[in-house]
Amino acid sequence: MNMQEVIEQRLTETLDPVFVEVVDETHMHNVPSNAQSHFKLTVVSPEFEGKTLLQQHRLVNEVLATEIPKIHALAIHTYTPDEWFERAGQAPASPQCMGGSKPSS
Amino acid sequence: MDVLERIKDQVESNPVIIYMKGTPQMPMCGFSSRAAEALKSAGVEFAYVNVLMDQEVFENLPRFANWPTFPQIYINGELVGGCDITLELAERGELQKMMQEAAASKAEG
Repeated sequence: MNMQEVIEQRLTETLDPVFVEVVDETHMHNVPSNAQSHFKLTVVSPEFEGKTLLQQHRLVNEVLATEIPKIHALAIHTYTPDEWFERAGQAPASPQCMGGSKPSS
Repeated sequence: MDVLERIKDQVESNPVIIYMKGTPQMPMCGFSSRAAEALKSAGVEFAYVNVLMDQEVFENLPRFANWPTFPQIYINGELVGGCDITLELAERGELQKMMQEAAASKAEG
């Protein structure tokens, strides 16, 4: 399994998501295109209801505690099913990389 | 001073502070750049620490508030989150309010 599939599986197993999408955005950055270093995830789960954004992201960080140290950057977009419906199913775009060398989010 | 005490002192003595790669003027990471831009847009003064220039903070900040990534934004001594949360709060119109309130309560002492 590649990293994109691993992340997707971890989220699916733990958060009972209504929607989950993991995009390998490595090609947007100054590293070999097969480096599997930059990802963006969107996850919509009832688990996020009643939680602050910080708590929602902490939950994702915990679920991916093994994977995050292995990658350079991870954009995280979390929504409750209601919020996702209001957004009509659109997560924001990720930024271009500028070099640095520690995971970013 | 121990590095965790130094970080604690920084987040408590500045109403708004961002730990980022590079500086707001010359960011070295897309995520840090976007977060700093969101803070700038709020029109409230904020402090920054360039983690690429402070190895000790770079290595220890993730365990300070148990947050694994950079940038990290603190308001009133509390972790707000990273780039994605900061942008989301800006989009909702909450970021500027949080920053203004923090600056005001600091000024009152």
